[in-house]
Amino acid sequence: MALTRDEVLHVANLARLSLAPEEIELFTRQLNDILAYVSKLQELDTAGVEPLAHVIPVFNVFREDAVREGLDRDAALSNAPAREEGAFVVPRII
Amino acid sequence: MEVHAHLLTASKIFCGCATGFGAPPNTQVCEVCLGMPGSLPVLNHKAVEFALKMALATNCRVNPESVFARKNYFYPDLPKGYQISQYELPLAEHGFLDIKVEGHARRIGITRIHMEEDAGKLIHSESRPVSCVDFNRTGVPLIEIVSEPDMRTPEEAVEYLKGLRNILLYLEICDGNMEEGSLRCDANISLRPVGQTELGARAELKNMNSFRFVKAALEYEIKRQRALLAAGREIVQETRLWDTAANQTVSMRGKEEAHDYRYFPDPDLVPLRIEADWLESLRKNLPELPAARLNRFQAEFGLPEYDAEVLTSDKTRADNFEATVKDFPHLSPKQVSNWFLDDPTSMSTITPATSGSLLTLVEKGTISRNQAKEVLKEVVATGKDPETIIKEKGLTQISDASALEVAAQEIINANPKEAADYRAGKTKVMGFFVGQLMKQTRGQANPQLANEIFQRLLG
Repeated sequence: MALTRDEVLHVANLARLSLAPEEIELFTRQLNDILAYVSKLQELDTAGVEPLAHVIPVFNVFREDAVREGLDRDAALSNAPAREEGAFVVPRII
Repeated sequence: MEVHAHLLTASKIFCGCATGFGAPPNTQVCEVCLGMPGSLPVLNHKAVEFALKMALATNCRVNPESVFARKNYFYPDLPKGYQISQYELPLAEHGFLDIKVEGHARRIGITRIHMEEDAGKLIHSESRPVSCVDFNRTGVPLIEIVSEPDMRTPEEAVEYLKGLRNILLYLEICDGNMEEGSLRCDANISLRPVGQTELGARAELKNMNSFRFVKAALEYEIKRQRALLAAGREIVQETRLWDTAANQTVSMRGKEEAHDYRYFPDPDLVPLRIEADWLESLRKNLPELPAARLNRFQAEFGLPEYDAEVLTSDKTRADNFEATVKDFPHLSPKQVSNWFLDDPTSMSTITPATSGSLLTLVEKGTISRNQAKEVLKEVVATGKDPETIIKEKGLTQISDASALEVAAQEIINANPKEAADYRAGKTKVMGFFVGQLMKQTRGQANPQLANEIFQRLLG
């Protein structure tokens, strides 16, 4: 099933990417190539195979409920483009 | 209904940051909950245990294996660009909660309970187009409890919510504070014309941080949708916010765009496997739950069902009642219960030792019931003990017959007509005499004794 130009634009929008017109063509073609390649897997008979959530057969990795000192606030905010009274400042969304 | 409950763990669900409410912004954060590259989440064992307890307490089937998934969306309260949640394989499914509304029992289905991390808090500037972000809440463990569309009235929705909250408090896994957001709910509501089988288009209501607002928002929404349908218009499926000031729900435009979360299993977290013996040991160690306690209160203390219901519908209330009855065995459970039913808030606020000594003073006749009510209010307001308040206010009950007799005789002398009426058989006049004596003694006469004295003097 080929990916349409609209679907590529939708995915780009979900990822907050803006694509130039020539990129739309390029990515549509490349994504379709990737999907076509991966779709080889569809040839496998997977009837009776349980879906796998993780490739490593490890379960239940836990930590105990203990408080550990985090980052100090200046360090936490050091990458913030803008800050005010200890908070990250972002463009208003709502 | 979708109910979110903060789990009362000391640390966050995937990192060691503290979870306490009200700390200065961004002082309980680390590389993991800030979503910094290269950091890895590790699941909090206690959060899983708490979630499992809720699953067991709401009769859910716990999935032997469950998986954490990434829910992808962009919003500034979410530093990673996704929320770690559960999707296809939630922790537990197919439970129920029994509720009672106006004497009618109803069973509300629980579709699923899953675990997830909370997002941060945004404070929108009033004057500028910016928001301030506090990530302290990011990563606080949550369970989301999703119900079946089984509720038919706002009252049922509120009872369901109260029932869930009560169980969370009995399990001691959530503080249930709706104002601080430890317990939040979204309600989906639709109308269905009589005779139609499928449910209508629904609105999702948010921002209702008290039981009262839940009820008001649902009632408003029923009116709004009914009017639209009556006018032949369609209901738009959308998210609406409860506006406390305007007393109405308002459309939350903009969030409709692409509910396309592209869930996939989080490769950073390995699946959860809930072994049967783990679950069994949790089940065995569950505390007594509201329904069981209700039955026990009736059996053990001989209380009517109504009393037992009111008492057990709030854990603190039930605990205080039970401690009072156990520590003051000379008080009758029904007497104690009456006080709790009469003023549940005050009685749940004061300690069992205080309520026990207050009720003992009433029982001994030191103060009257009405005086005790006054004292109770003072205890709550000032935190002083009942004896001190009684002394300060001079609130003793006069139980000395000779002192009352003199006053009673004066009242009879001053009211010959009423005295004659009484002697002629109009026993109702007794109320007048006792009332007069109460007035003269400023409420301090022991009413029972006053009755006896007048009967004797007028006999």
